[in-house]
Amino acid sequence: MAENQTHKFIEHLVTNNRVMLFMKGNKMFPQCGFSAAVVEVLKKHGVPFEAFNVLSDMNVREGIKEYSDWPTIPQLYVGGEFVGGCDIVREMDASGELVDLFASAKSPDA
Amino acid sequence: MSGPQPGPLQSALHDKLVDALAPAVLEIENESHRHSTKVPESHFKVTLVAEAFEGKSLVQRHRAVNALAKDELAAGLHALSIHAYTPSQWEARGGVIPQSPPCRGGST
Repeated sequence: MAENQTHKFIEHLVTNNRVMLFMKGNKMFPQCGFSAAVVEVLKKHGVPFEAFNVLSDMNVREGIKEYSDWPTIPQLYVGGEFVGGCDIVREMDASGELVDLFASAKSPDA
Repeated sequence: MSGPQPGPLQSALHDKLVDALAPAVLEIENESHRHSTKVPESHFKVTLVAEAFEGKSLVQRHRAVNALAKDELAAGLHALSIHAYTPSQWEARGGVIPQSPPCRGGST
């Protein structure tokens, strides 16, 4: 029951925010170096994003790992799709792939 | 290579990665001492170069490594940083392993 609710809550966040980050701590005060690194990349790109602090909710902290079958946090979602964790985001930043991704994410809802 | 004495989780993960992916380069760094968990094997950084990654997206590569590390993640490994390259990508970047970000203390 609770699991199903958590899944729905996560789905709501992911589908209603074009750029959605699940992280430890918040945008101002990340509590994990990997989360902080993703926030830094997002800020550098100037892309509006929502962040959810998984340390504030044990259900989401565990549920997000199930949601995308991904064992670690942070997790970034763009346009409802799972993008990856810190290593992938940083690599896509370095390769230029993130620019394309955010270009589509910045445009208004279709 | 990656610290004085690899612990049991690191050794187990090393063997599984070798068996499954036959990497040309495999480096597992135990970065646990840099973090707040006070667990000897909490944070690993894995750098892999393997033909097996050819034609695979980053997410697919990470999923493959995460799946191989499933037991270790269940046994106390808390963070697994993954840098997975094909041989040509590895050559293009001059064999440089990316640095991990500094800890921010919230990983308890």
